[in-house]
Order: sequence, then structure tokens, then C-alpha cells
Amino acid sequence: MVTKSLNRRSEFFKQARKQKSLILISIPYFIYFFIFSYLPLWGLTMAFQNYKPQLSFFEQEWVGFKHFQNLFTDPDFYRVMRNTLGMSLINLTLSFVTAIGFALLLNELTGEFYHFKRVVQTISYMPHFLSWIIVCGLVSGVLSMDDGIINELLLKLGLIKEKIHFMGKPELFWWIVGFTNVWKSMGWNSIIYLAAITSIDPCLYEAAAIDGYGRFGRMWHITLPGIKSTIIVLLILNAGWILNAGFEIQYILGSNGLVLDVSETIDIFVLKRGFGRSGGFAFGTAAGMFKTVASTVILLLCNKIAAWLDEERLV
Amino acid sequence: MKKSLGDKIIDWIIVLFMLLVVVAMLYPLWNTLAISFNDARDSIKGGIYLWPREWTLYNYQSIFKTDKIFKAFMVSVSRTVLTTVLNVFFSGLLGYVLSRKEFIFRRFLTVFMVMTMYINAGLIPQYFLYRSLGLINTFWVYILPALVGAFNVIVIRTYINSLPASLVESAKIDGAGELRIYFSIIVPMCLPVLATVALWVAVGAWNSWFDSFIFAPKQDLSTLQYEMMKIIASSMQTGISQPDYIDMQSSQSRNMVTPNSLRAAMTMVATVPILVVYPFLQKYFVTVNIGSVKE
Repeated sequence: MVTKSLNRRSEFFKQARKQKSLILISIPYFIYFFIFSYLPLWGLTMAFQNYKPQLSFFEQEWVGFKHFQNLFTDPDFYRVMRNTLGMSLINLTLSFVTAIGFALLLNELTGEFYHFKRVVQTISYMPHFLSWIIVCGLVSGVLSMDDGIINELLLKLGLIKEKIHFMGKPELFWWIVGFTNVWKSMGWNSIIYLAAITSIDPCLYEAAAIDGYGRFGRMWHITLPGIKSTIIVLLILNAGWILNAGFEIQYILGSNGLVLDVSETIDIFVLKRGFGRSGGFAFGTAAGMFKTVASTVILLLCNKIAAWLDEERLV
Repeated sequence: MKKSLGDKIIDWIIVLFMLLVVVAMLYPLWNTLAISFNDARDSIKGGIYLWPREWTLYNYQSIFKTDKIFKAFMVSVSRTVLTTVLNVFFSGLLGYVLSRKEFIFRRFLTVFMVMTMYINAGLIPQYFLYRSLGLINTFWVYILPALVGAFNVIVIRTYINSLPASLVESAKIDGAGELRIYFSIIVPMCLPVLATVALWVAVGAWNSWFDSFIFAPKQDLSTLQYEMMKIIASSMQTGISQPDYIDMQSSQSRNMVTPNSLRAAMTMVATVPILVVYPFLQKYFVTVNIGSVKE
């Protein structure tokens, strides 16, 4: 027994000596990850302190869960949570429906439309790579009162009498964010469904055609069930990100101050409280910590459910 | 299967719909392009949709003549280039190290690294870390936090694992050191995956603005995206002061720029690099994207 473990240990050192250069290369990485990803966790202690930047760690006053109590009694917190969840739900629904629909329709373009289909795909992926800043600039341009194409079109079509100030209407804001998301990522999100569709057995389509199903019948009864498991797994995985409704688009499009009530998400709340007020660091840290913890729990739960469904072949 | 008349009609309806989608995707950018080449004073009158009415290059000239914007452009370029080179090098090297099955710390280091994708201390602890490292308001705050990406490492490692292991074995027998193997065997064979990672990193670095906003608000370190963010925010907030270079310019006699024209030109300057690398991106990202979802 003793000799065995001794042997194993000497074996380990023999290996280590042989792998000296691999170990040498690894050490800086270890230090790097430690400093940039693990060390900040220490800063979470701020959430339980009456943190003052000028004091050292040992001089800080510990206040327990005071900041969390303040957080959960803050009416603004419930407002930003409502906004976060509301926009997440809209984004989730719109992006799923549009990406799946887009993939289904693209898939119908076969034969002589092959090249056309490739061009459409290429163009539809492009907005995914543009920054949110650029996208926000484009959206505010398209929706603007001065020269925005949407207002012009609606006027020409006689759907509205006078121009709509889109960016000043709180009731429209969530939908603007939702459709901007669709514009930016519908093509990109459809990739995975297109890939799933290619794995459907072509015989099924022929059989369905013989049974007298038309184009839409086949889409509904063959293609959609064929990618059902992909859809469900992705839906659950994406639901895990529900607290990440976004930051940039809400921050920029909401910067005119007219729609703050509905535009601010939890991330904006953390930023504004954390840096906005003196002594807000501790409260901001607490709010951020709440978000991270809740988000991680939801994410892990959703991943677990998705993996379980996948394993049990329940979908 | 031969297509019936009904099928053909459906085909054309779908084609029509797809054309609408394409127009919706392209119009905002195309319109911006037209405005960026149109005289700023003329643009105020409105009615610029697909083509400039009074051609000018002045909007672009004023970007590069305005010291602050030009500097921001240079900061964007240098941070993108430096981040990309370093991140690809370091992620690739770690990917290689973690691909070596006999490495005794392989498991430990992999878990240690993958955990970094999930743990997140949040914005304020991050800010304090950078402050105590002396990174706030320095150029390095753009570079150092992005030296290695855990996800990139995994993608590269997976790719290396799919290569024949005998290559590394035989190089070892020939007495080559690890760095030598990495540079002369792994890198040449991994060019496709390294190119993919390089493009991801480059697009991410080019597009980011939040780090300028929070960690490097000093004007010298502003990036193109951050300057655009300021212009967009100011054009949305009526009555709030614009970046001073707009007032400065508009008081000059003949030529002038407006926030809108300047923004249009800046949007194009910020977008064109992405559109240039886009065809290369597209070649790789589909396979890697699907592969990573399956991981």
C-alpha cells in the first residue's frame, strides 16, 4: 500500500519532470485566470460592507444583508426587474418565431433558387456582426421623425395621419427593442435550424408527397416535427439567459430620458446605482451579485432540464 | 419531384418575401451610405433615400480632420490589432497545451479555465480590480483583460484533437521543444480555426465601447464606437450639449457637418472593416457555430 502510493507519487514527479515545459507554459495562464476572473470575487465582500473606498479592508464596517434588504424594498428594483423580464420574454418569443419561420421558408427555396438562397442567407447574417452602437444609430435613423423611412411609409400608405415620435413612446419601447433584436439576429439564429433541417430524412418528404400533403402540409407535418427537439432544447437554453435582457440598446435608445421608466434593465440599474451616487459601490455590488446568482441558478437549471430532455429523448 | 403550378406560385411568394427581408436588412445601411456622401446642409431638407443629391466627401474629410475622431479611430485600430494578435497567440498556445492528453495538470487547468466562463463578480468588483492594477484610464485596460478567451481555447483544443496525434509524437522524438512544436507544426495546421478565432476577437474588439465608457473615459483613449455612442446619445437628447467638434465645425463658413451627417460617415467607417472581413468570417463561422453548440 505504502509502496504503491510512493510509486505513484514518484511516477507523478517523473511525469512532471518530463513535462517541465508544459508546466512552465501553464503557470502564467493559471496566474492570469486567477487575477482576472477569480480575484474580483473577493470584491463581492463589498456587498456586505458599508464600503468606503478610502478605508482598508479591515477598517470597513460590516452591515450583513442591509444592502440586499434595501434592494428588495426598492421600488426601482421591481421596475427594472419588470422591464428585464418583459423585454426578455418579447425578445425570446419574437426571435424564436422569426428565426424558425425564416429557416422554414429558406428551406423551401430549392432547385433554381439555390444561389438566391445563399445570397439571402449571407445578407441576413450580416447585421449580427454590427455593433449595438451602429445598430442603435440605424434604428433611430429609420424611426426618426425628420426623415425616417418608417414614418414616411406609414404616411404614404395612409396608416397614420401624422408622424409618430417612436422614441418617445413608452408603450412602444419594448417592441422596438424586440424588433431590433429580430433585425440583428434573425438570420444568425436561423443557422442552427437550417442545420437541423438538413438532418431530416428526405424519404419522409417523398412519402408525405405521395400521401397528398402539399408544401405547407409537409412543412407542418415533417419539417417542424423534425426540428422539434432542437427548438425545445434551444428554447430552454435561451430561457436561462432571461435576466440578460441586454444593456446597450436600452441604454442608448433610452438615453433621451423619455422612456426611462420602461427602458432600464437590471444591468443599467447596477451601473447607475453603482457609479451614480456616492457610496453606491456597495449597493451596486449587492444588486449585481443578486443578478449573477439568480442568473446562474436559472441558467444551470435550464441547462440541466435541456440535458435531461435530450438524454431521455423526451423531445 | 416535378413542381406543380401551385408550388411555383408558392416559390415566388417566398422569393418575394425574402426580397423584402433583404431590403429591410440592407436599407438602413444603404441609406446611411447615401447620407454620408451627401452635403450635410442639403441633408437637413430631407428626402435622401437611396442616392446622394449633392455629392460631397466633406463628411469623411471632417472625420479625419477632426483630431478627436481621428485619434479615436487610431485607438480602435490599435486595440483591435493588438488584442487579436495576442489573444490568438495565447489562446492557441493554451489550446495546444490542453490538447496534450498526457499532461498531468490538463484536467485541473481545463476546469479552472472553463469556470471563468461562468463566474462573474460583476461590474463594480471588476472596476476595483482594474483600479488596483493601475489599469484605469490606460490603454492596457483594452488589452490585458482580453488576452485569453476560454471559449476560444476550447474551440482550438477541439480542433487540435482532431489532428493526427502522431505529428506531435514524431516531433517529440526528434527532440523539438513545446514552443517549437506549437509554432512549426500546430500553427500551420490550425490556420482555419486560428483565422476563425482571430475574426471573432477582431470583431468583438472593434465593436466594443463599454470598456471605454467605464474603464477609460479619458478622451485620449476614446474609441470610434464610443465617439459614435456620444453622438447618437446627443442627437437623441435635444438640448444636451453635443461633442464640441460639431459646434466648432458648423460655425465654419461654407462647409459644415451636422451630427446626422457625421454619424452617417462614422457609421460607414465603423462598418466597412466588418463588411470587408465578413466574407472570410462567413466561410468558417457556420461550421464552428454549429460545432460549439454541440459541445
